[in-house]
Amino acid sequence: MSVVSTPATLKHAAGMIDDAEARRIRNDFPILNQQVNGSPLVYLDSGATSQNPLCVLEAEQEFYEQRNAAVHRGAHMLAVSATDAFENARETVAGFINAGMDEVVWTSNATEAINLVAYAFSNASAGRGGDAASRFVLGPGDELVVTEMEHHANLIPWQELAFRTGATLRYIPVDDAGALRLDEAEQIIGPRTKVVAFTHASNVLGTINPVGTLVRLAREAGAAVVLDACQSVPHMAVDVKALDVDFAAFSGHKMLGPTGIGVLYGKAELLNAMPPFLTGGSMITTVTMEKADYLPSPQRFEAGTQRISQAVALAAAVDYLRETGMDRIHAWEAELGQRLVAGLEAIDGVRVLGPAAGAERIGLAAFDVDGVHAHDVGQFLDDKGIAVRVGHHCAQPLHRRLGLVATTRASTYLYNTTDDVDAFLDAVAGVRPFFGAN
Amino acid sequence: MSAELQQLYQQIILEHAKKRNGSPLADPPQGDKSGESHMLNPTCGDEITLRAAVHDDGAGITLSAISWDGQGCSISMASASVLSDLVQGMDREELLKVVDTFRELMRSRGSIEADEEILGDAAALSGVSRYPARVKCAMLAWVALEEALLAAN
Ligand SMILES: Cc1ncc(COP(=O)(O)O)c(C=O)c1O
Repeated sequence: MSVVSTPATLKHAAGMIDDAEARRIRNDFPILNQQVNGSPLVYLDSGATSQNPLCVLEAEQEFYEQRNAAVHRGAHMLAVSATDAFENARETVAGFINAGMDEVVWTSNATEAINLVAYAFSNASAGRGGDAASRFVLGPGDELVVTEMEHHANLIPWQELAFRTGATLRYIPVDDAGALRLDEAEQIIGPRTKVVAFTHASNVLGTINPVGTLVRLAREAGAAVVLDACQSVPHMAVDVKALDVDFAAFSGHKMLGPTGIGVLYGKAELLNAMPPFLTGGSMITTVTMEKADYLPSPQRFEAGTQRISQAVALAAAVDYLRETGMDRIHAWEAELGQRLVAGLEAIDGVRVLGPAAGAERIGLAAFDVDGVHAHDVGQFLDDKGIAVRVGHHCAQPLHRRLGLVATTRASTYLYNTTDDVDAFLDAVAGVRPFFGAN
Repeated sequence: MSAELQQLYQQIILEHAKKRNGSPLADPPQGDKSGESHMLNPTCGDEITLRAAVHDDGAGITLSAISWDGQGCSISMASASVLSDLVQGMDREELLKVVDTFRELMRSRGSIEADEEILGDAAALSGVSRYPARVKCAMLAWVALEEALLAAN
């Protein structure tokens, strides 16, 4: 194997992350070292997609230079080497979330992972999967429960599943501060509930949801729990066994990995009882002209040629995160998140969504600027080299609930510094004067 | 602040975004045919409902009234406002010409000068063409007008 550069963090992985360390980390990310519109790039859009450290880019290149071949097929040396790299990557990611090797299914992204689960229910309801899949059968009278703060990726697959099966979709509302109404959840989750799907951390509000409470309610109801872990797995230590969820979904591109790869975690016993979603080559045992038998998980859900280099690169990203330390990353981003919110709250005409300064939140903040549309805010910030997200952040129902159409979101990651946050706050303070919104 | 940003958000644009000429929606003149269009920019939620009324005096068709309701960024709102000022009373040929001229300007990526004679205040939106992501915002009302005219006929 070729030499892959040692991440700067390896040499400094002790104590809390501070600005000096964040700057060293930043140096591992080639893309961050550039000017935008004459200013150094301030990248505050990692909630949408994160950037890749050099070691991840190198891992992908090394794979293509030395190991590229189809996996789980062919007897030649490269095929063996590629299969090893692919399965080692699975082991790395499984270890990262405390899952078994057969409990990590590669998908294109979190969206596909959630659809995989929804379609397993759908296919079971259409009679596929036999007795083993009977617990996934849905019909009129059954209920699927989501929350009002879901990303569309964890909402629309359940809406469609309800349409296809006749089940009813219900949702747990949020209060004005953006917290889930747990009193309502207790009423809503009951004997009819078959699925409870919710986000671990909100990509808009920054809240971290009480997984334990919701899992307990789901268990009492005998419902399956699907966790959208897109904004948690990249930013904090997540142990799927300790959380006791049935399924969890996350995307590689939000955790320093490449696009095109995501993960579905599922309890092995459930995955092996589920009918497949995508079908075709590489996921079968015996095929006749009439029917096919399927491999167990994870191959059962990995039809066709897989995202091999992406899996390898994602494993390199996981190694980088692990070496840096998820608890350190979480603590640093919590600090940046508090700085963001406190700073935004101090600016006239700015309303921050979700918990107020001082209350727990992940390292992001979405906000409304009175009298200035989010699109204009984003344009103004971009002019200063500051990259943020504008719009509804794929959470239209949540925005509607909060009486808004579009907001601006700044989201941090391990490579951001307090200077980044301050440059951003400084720029936001100039928005209303510029647009004459005073 | 960059010259491009200044050019994008000229004072006249910010003023139109606030004034919103042509808004809110109004009933069409008695006896005239009218059509309506609802346009949405799903990436950022810009939204406009535009109503156009046409008067046919036998010799030709003119735009007798235009009005709209909407919400969105300053570019989309200013664009609807300048459009309303510009096209009121135009005959069909003039109308198609200004819409085409504006569309060409928006797609130019900054390579053509706006013709103020033809475009009036809409010429001030020329800075948008350097920001491909914002062209949709600027075009929203204009595309709505085209659709509303089709609906009116
Ligand atoms: C909370 C949450 N869920 C789901 C997704 C969807 O992720 P992807 O587009 O990678 O499938 C995102 C990212 O936009 C997200 O933030």
